[in-house]
Amino acid sequence: MALTDSQIERYSRHIILKEVGGKGQQKLLNSKVLIIGAGGLGAPIALYLAAAGIGTIGIADADSVDLSNLQRQVIHFTPDIGKPKVISAKEKIQAINPDVQVRTYQQWVSAANIMELISQYDFVVDGTDNFAAKFLINDACVLAGKPYSHGGILQFVGQTITVLPGESTCYRCIFPTPPPKDAIPTCSQAGVIGVLPGVIGSIQATEAIKFLLGKGKLLAGRMLTYDALEMKFRDVTINRNPNCPICGENPTITQVRDELELLTVCDLEKP
Amino acid sequence: MTTIDLRGVSCPTNFVKAKLALEELETGDRVEILLDDGEAVKNVPRSLKGEGHKLLGLRETAEGHYLLEVEKGEE
Repeated sequence: MALTDSQIERYSRHIILKEVGGKGQQKLLNSKVLIIGAGGLGAPIALYLAAAGIGTIGIADADSVDLSNLQRQVIHFTPDIGKPKVISAKEKIQAINPDVQVRTYQQWVSAANIMELISQYDFVVDGTDNFAAKFLINDACVLAGKPYSHGGILQFVGQTITVLPGESTCYRCIFPTPPPKDAIPTCSQAGVIGVLPGVIGSIQATEAIKFLLGKGKLLAGRMLTYDALEMKFRDVTINRNPNCPICGENPTITQVRDELELLTVCDLEKP
Repeated sequence: MTTIDLRGVSCPTNFVKAKLALEELETGDRVEILLDDGEAVKNVPRSLKGEGHKLLGLRETAEGHYLLEVEKGEE
């Protein structure tokens, strides 16, 4: 389908780019991306993917907007307090770009629903805030062969890596098992500088767009870390781990499971 | 030869439309692009050249517009 005049104008700064052009923009318009988590990371991811004209955006999050979210979750506004985050996010996405189809999933991802959910998308972006979800997303994407972007933030530091299952380092290649419960404080306990998810989430959205376009060099096999206090980025090459429990030579994980002992997320700890 | 009329279309939309039209062609195909005087004729040929297309000729029309002949380059 040819671009309309208004699409030509909306996406003109993309179309001008040699790496995008009209064909690349059409690819984005025909793409489907699932964002898991409509919080700090999910906010810039959703806003930029919407603006970029990703044709279908899925967002999964069971939570509702809380006053304490607004310091960093820039897709939610003060009048949205109490509203389901996926609804608040959908309203902003549609206000930015009516070209985008939004599918909302007002639920936490779990072993029971994640395989079916990710199967409908070309790329998955992890914008969650807890280890249970991060390991679940990695396992599901590796088992399904679904490329995804991992992102994590705490206090002033963040990290991100792009996982191409079977080709590049996965999250469990680096961290075979989750840390013991309570070993790592959550955002609500330890705090997080509000602009941090803006930096990491924007990088994750960039990776999604590059993957869909098939252009550039992805952050695969390299973990990027960012320290906002020191204002330093580090790019650490990490090879695949032959002993990885899910993508190694003798995988012990062959289906998704919930890390029940880890299900303490920031928002469940609120009094 | 196909003529793409970009008179009255301002920068950078004229370049964007020329680029989109060229995307539909095969390498080696030729088109004529009708451009306004001023910014348009200064920028569009340069941008198309930057994209790897061949500029074959530019001439002023009787009405004071410009007719740019372009051959599509490699994708």
